[in-house]
Amino acid sequence: MQFDVIFTPEALALYWQGFIGTLEILVACLLIGGALSIPLAVLRVSPRAWVRGPIWLFTYIVRGTPLLIQVYLIYYGIAQLDWIQARWDDTWPWTGFKDAFFCAVLAFSLNTCAYTVEMLAGAIRDTAPGEIEAAQAMGYSRLQTLRRIVLPSAMRRTLPAYSNEVIMMLHSTSLASTIPAIFDITGAARNIYSDFFLPFEAFITAGVIYLILTFALVGLFKLAEHHWLAYLRPQR
Amino acid sequence: MKLDGYITSILEGSLLSIQVALGALVVAVVLGLAGASAKLSQHKPLIWLGGIYSTIIRGIPDLVLMLLIFYGGQIGLNVVLEAFGYTDYVEINPFAAGLITIGFIYGAYMTETFRGAILAIPKGQAEAGLAYGMSHSRVFFTIVLPQMVRLALPGFTNNWLVLLKSTALVSILGLPDMTYLAKQAGAAARGEVPNAPLLFMAFAAVIYLVFTTVSLVALRQLEKRYTVGVKRLSA
Repeated sequence: MQFDVIFTPEALALYWQGFIGTLEILVACLLIGGALSIPLAVLRVSPRAWVRGPIWLFTYIVRGTPLLIQVYLIYYGIAQLDWIQARWDDTWPWTGFKDAFFCAVLAFSLNTCAYTVEMLAGAIRDTAPGEIEAAQAMGYSRLQTLRRIVLPSAMRRTLPAYSNEVIMMLHSTSLASTIPAIFDITGAARNIYSDFFLPFEAFITAGVIYLILTFALVGLFKLAEHHWLAYLRPQR
Repeated sequence: MKLDGYITSILEGSLLSIQVALGALVVAVVLGLAGASAKLSQHKPLIWLGGIYSTIIRGIPDLVLMLLIFYGGQIGLNVVLEAFGYTDYVEINPFAAGLITIGFIYGAYMTETFRGAILAIPKGQAEAGLAYGMSHSRVFFTIVLPQMVRLALPGFTNNWLVLLKSTALVSILGLPDMTYLAKQAGAAARGEVPNAPLLFMAFAAVIYLVFTTVSLVALRQLEKRYTVGVKRLSA
């Protein structure tokens, strides 16, 4: 093992750049996917089939196909359409497809959104009937019940499952390295591998960075659960 | 005319994807059973080994592990062979590398699934078996295993679906699987077939969707069979 080759300022700067890239993609797709998933989860539990049907179809397709194919579909598929390319210089929102980062974040956001919608919808369905009855007895409107009772409680109960999803998403961002213009931790490792032909050193270093990030996220979610799920702990 | 050729090649690639997935599943189940027994054993070193395996593998992205094992395994193997005096350069078959890597990764997830299922079986049952003078292996195969299948099925279904989708990653190693061929077809047929890249990638996506749907239906049937004797609370 020649880890001294990796621990030079140049190589470490490359990993740092990749680390920032990974975090940027992760934060962007979690914010966009998370924000989209809340209204979609509400529609997903609608009693009307024509409302929940399309959402079900969306989550079924996204959850039933590999993320790599979704990234390729957007980056090599949609962004290469003549129709899009005729518009991507001046017409919003198609200008985004010119940017590789946009394509990657779009693919990752839709993916995490689909998984989060199903989790959140499951939690909404599991809301205790008494909580809703109490809201009705207090004269809450349906929207008030949703905003003040159902969603806060469902989002809290989704937290443990959502921490798994966030960690899966962290690992999924490594697929961004398949898009040439994007630089993340895996991309940095692939660069260093091809520069020095040291696969063990290059990929083990990347693996350790991911491992540390994973543990950091697990810790953060433990704290979050301690705070927001305090009411579910056994009473003393 | 030309379209047919591309479609056939992607379909052939889907056979390779399935082979990788099923092969990796076998590796993962074997490693999962070994990992679960290690983590549940009485021997400290085995418990640590199982814990390190399932924690580290689940904390690192599949792609990084795959690149590590594929490129690193290549050099590692040649270094080992050279030490034994074999100086020809040996190339690792990407099919075997992809299959073993995916199996190795999902073995860690199976370890956790199987461990949870075994822990959910009341201890008294195994103790009763031992009290009757059954051997440890007999207790495992006649008492623990049949019940473990039922308890592990939901987790197993999940792991299988994730494993199946992760086979798309072998295309990055250059293995001509469905994803690789769809990408190639998209690039080759530009100008020939309108919107070829999107079309062929969407075709691969549809095949994956068929695979996952068939898996879901089949495993749900299996679950029904294994839960025949279980009482349900609501009708």
